[in-house]
Amino acid sequence: MLRKRLLKASLAAFAVVVFLMSVFPVYWMLNTAFTPNGLTRQQTPSFFPVNFTLENFETVLFDEQQTPFIPALINSLSITLLTVTFALAFAFLSAIALARFQFIGRKTFLVLILLIQMIPGEAMIISIFRVVNDVNLLNTILGLTIVYVATVLPFTIWMLRGFVAGVPQELEEAAMVDGCTRQQAFRRITLPLLAPGLVATGVFGFIQAWNEFLLALVINGRPEMMTLPVWLRTYQQVSSETDWAAIMAGSVLMTIPVLIFFMIVQGRMTSGLVAGAVKG
Amino acid sequence: MKRLKSLGPWAMLFPAIAVLAAVIGWPLINLVIMSTQEYGRAQVFGAPAPFVGLDNFVYVLQDDKFWAVFNRSVLFAAVNVVLTMTLGTLVALAMFQMSKALRYLVQAGLLVAWAMPQLTAVIVWGWMFNTEYGVINYSLTEFFGLDYLGHSWFAEPLSFFAVATIIITWQSVPFVAFTIYAGLTQIPNEVREAAMLDGASATQRFVNLTVPYLRPVFAIVITLQIIWDLRVFTQIYALQGLGGLRELTSTLGVYIYNVSLGSGDYGMGGAISLIMVVLMSALSFYYVRRTIKEAA
Repeated sequence: MLRKRLLKASLAAFAVVVFLMSVFPVYWMLNTAFTPNGLTRQQTPSFFPVNFTLENFETVLFDEQQTPFIPALINSLSITLLTVTFALAFAFLSAIALARFQFIGRKTFLVLILLIQMIPGEAMIISIFRVVNDVNLLNTILGLTIVYVATVLPFTIWMLRGFVAGVPQELEEAAMVDGCTRQQAFRRITLPLLAPGLVATGVFGFIQAWNEFLLALVINGRPEMMTLPVWLRTYQQVSSETDWAAIMAGSVLMTIPVLIFFMIVQGRMTSGLVAGAVKG
Repeated sequence: MKRLKSLGPWAMLFPAIAVLAAVIGWPLINLVIMSTQEYGRAQVFGAPAPFVGLDNFVYVLQDDKFWAVFNRSVLFAAVNVVLTMTLGTLVALAMFQMSKALRYLVQAGLLVAWAMPQLTAVIVWGWMFNTEYGVINYSLTEFFGLDYLGHSWFAEPLSFFAVATIIITWQSVPFVAFTIYAGLTQIPNEVREAAMLDGASATQRFVNLTVPYLRPVFAIVITLQIIWDLRVFTQIYALQGLGGLRELTSTLGVYIYNVSLGSGDYGMGGAISLIMVVLMSALSFYYVRRTIKEAA
């Protein structure tokens, strides 16, 4: 009896420790972001934002002297949304072909997709940089978008293929027996069933493109073409000793969309992830 | 499934193939060519690039600097993989024993750590490890009675990598814990109960039941962790911005970046990149074979 109680208590303690260790850095980011900058630079840090303030967010968003946030946000949003749109469209077509048709080369294609996903971007930066440079697309929205579409495509195709295969083809055929055309059957039966899968895949693509740092740094390095991660890093370098509160506020702004989206797809996390999805 | 001899499916695959060929395939071919050339700054601006055969590779493989970086990367990845796997498995096993409420608490925490963008994670941890105003130096001094006031964590390579390890483990444990937990729930209850009835201890059950059942899951997760930790870039690169000597703390990815874009030696960088691509492909072999088997 006593042993069982002890086990229960230690499990609870373990759970609390894991929770606190996981959450503390995020808490600390928020705490600093809402504390006046002057107070963050004291020997004794305050563990709660006692002097709650929004001034750091104001600094990040509107201070003319710093690297401006808004253009970086617009770049990030445009590139990410365009990436998701095109990646989903291309991946959807591929997923249908791979899940609904049997053809020579199908398996080879699948193997290639997985292999491509394992090629480290770190090793490819130079030659991708050169190719983008050759077609004069450095420091453009279009250039980085095309590169991102390619980087998210492999796992997007892989994931969507699973979802399409999960919708029984018999449903479509039954609808056609009942007088639907092929297109109607697809639109009315298969597409609605695929909607959750499309959303989940799109969200994964969003998170990847939104967080990507290395390619953005190399391909869109010019200040006015920066995306948020590159902006954050520049901001941190320029003001590292002076304004940690603002740096944390910037980090909060960059993290929030990802946190929200992550919560939406968390149920599908492990299944999609074993296929190598998130860390990319 | 329909058997189509027509080009239908290939037409549907075409947009994806076109983009992948342009952004991955063509650069990969370029990489191979470039690694056999003397390719520096002048060549970027249009000077012809002379072919040097395998000279770049010979040079790299005889270069002490490269091997220092290589060994450092392997050692760093090994430490991180072992740490992440141990902690992740421990958390997964604990989650399996917990009441629902506790489990939700742990899962919520893990999700938050997992969701954090890599770059913001490094910057936030960097702030926590800040020399003058960091909460960690303060806490170590105030609560644990150690003298850490004004301690610089990034000056020395060993403590630089300790910080990097903390950040990477913190962000990788959730994936491992969730995946292994999902695997644990797949073990049939009857088997577990039978083992308990036969009087197997917890350790025995873990070694003789859980491990064999979860072997494929472990294999895939370990493979992915090795690959991810070997190619770590963002964390090291961003931490170097906070301090830390580049020569003593670069890992493969960062080294490639420095050799090519930093020093302008693209031929050499290409050779190192190609070595890395081959290494990673070899490492992913098991993962790819396994995944294809399950899917097809």
